[in-house]
Amino acid sequence: MTLRTELRQFIVENFLLSRDESLLGDADSLTAQGILDSTGALELVAHLQERYGVTVQDEELHPDNLDSIDKIAAFIERKRG
Amino acid sequence: MTLDWSVLDIDADAEVERISAQLRESVARTLRRRGVVVAISGGVDSGVCAALAVRAFGPQRVLTLILPEHESSPDSTTRARSLAAHLGIQPVEQDIGPTLEAIGCYRWRDDAARSVVPGYGPGWRMKIVVAGGTTGRINHFRLIAHSPQGEVHESRLGLQEYLQIVAATSFKQRIRKTVEYFHADRRNYAVIGTPNRLEYDQGFFVKNGDGAADIKPIAHLYKSQVYALAQFLRLPAEVATALPTTDTYSLPQGQDEFYFALPYRQMDLALWALNHRIAPEPLAEVLGLSAEAARHVYDDIRAKRRATQYLHRHAMLVSPVSEIEPA
Repeated sequence: MTLRTELRQFIVENFLLSRDESLLGDADSLTAQGILDSTGALELVAHLQERYGVTVQDEELHPDNLDSIDKIAAFIERKRG
Repeated sequence: MTLDWSVLDIDADAEVERISAQLRESVARTLRRRGVVVAISGGVDSGVCAALAVRAFGPQRVLTLILPEHESSPDSTTRARSLAAHLGIQPVEQDIGPTLEAIGCYRWRDDAARSVVPGYGPGWRMKIVVAGGTTGRINHFRLIAHSPQGEVHESRLGLQEYLQIVAATSFKQRIRKTVEYFHADRRNYAVIGTPNRLEYDQGFFVKNGDGAADIKPIAHLYKSQVYALAQFLRLPAEVATALPTTDTYSLPQGQDEFYFALPYRQMDLALWALNHRIAPEPLAEVLGLSAEAARHVYDDIRAKRRATQYLHRHAMLVSPVSEIEPA
């Protein structure tokens, strides 16, 4: 399974309580759609740290890293670099 | 359009008359109660609400409550007492500390704190601060803990710990509201909620805690306008100039540390400017910020509105029951 597919599954299941992966495109803004707020961001970060073994620093808690599947995937790939 | 501080000026006399008249009308005609309960914290918002209630109903029909617990500041109680004396009303005082202890408020909270700061326990003090919003980052929360020996620990809170600390701490607001409704019910009174516009708009309240009330007389007023009413109503100086604190955590905590991106006066102007579709640049100029920082403040206000919509919602129904919709 690709990283983007995994991320989509996690977000659709945990934030939209659904299994319909067509609900979310790779470039869709999670904050603009109301999917991700500050509590949601904490939940997402906890998941990324546990699932992908990365450590997310305070200054990385930024929409540029977390606001879409594309951005999260790029962020994880950079961190694992 | 230019922007300056005068947009927050208010005709205090007219506003006091308007609110008092509306309080009488709403309580008597819509809520059909015989008076009001106001819990007073010693702060300016509840102080102004209590004074407005006395104006509207007279001291005989206003019951004030002072509800301290183990960690609220003794100064708050002293200020609340002097306010009640000033208004000519006898407050009911009830220490809710034993209730909070019995229900597990402190224990659940300390368990969560201990998982972030090993050794956290009796004699330690703590608070939560918010970080991120003014710099364009996503808001997150940090725990600051002081050991009895004065060592300071600071850590970012993970999701579970953050949620549990907030949930446990919210017992304070919810137990207070339970006591308020007890007294309201036994006297057939309505309960006054005391949020100002910043708190109401930005969801700075506990659902079914301090967010619960029958009427909220100052929810439309910016915080600096509440201070203006406090002056006009001649509240005791220590109440009329009280700085906004949460008085909820065991370390002193300003509201702007915990929740708002800026101190209240600047938040007032930012919220006013956003509400009146002012571009970030004029706001930045008045506040001495960069235009980028002003944009981040706007974004933060919008983000908090979205995140706290749920707090304003009544229970959702699957189908409307139109027969009992409020008039």
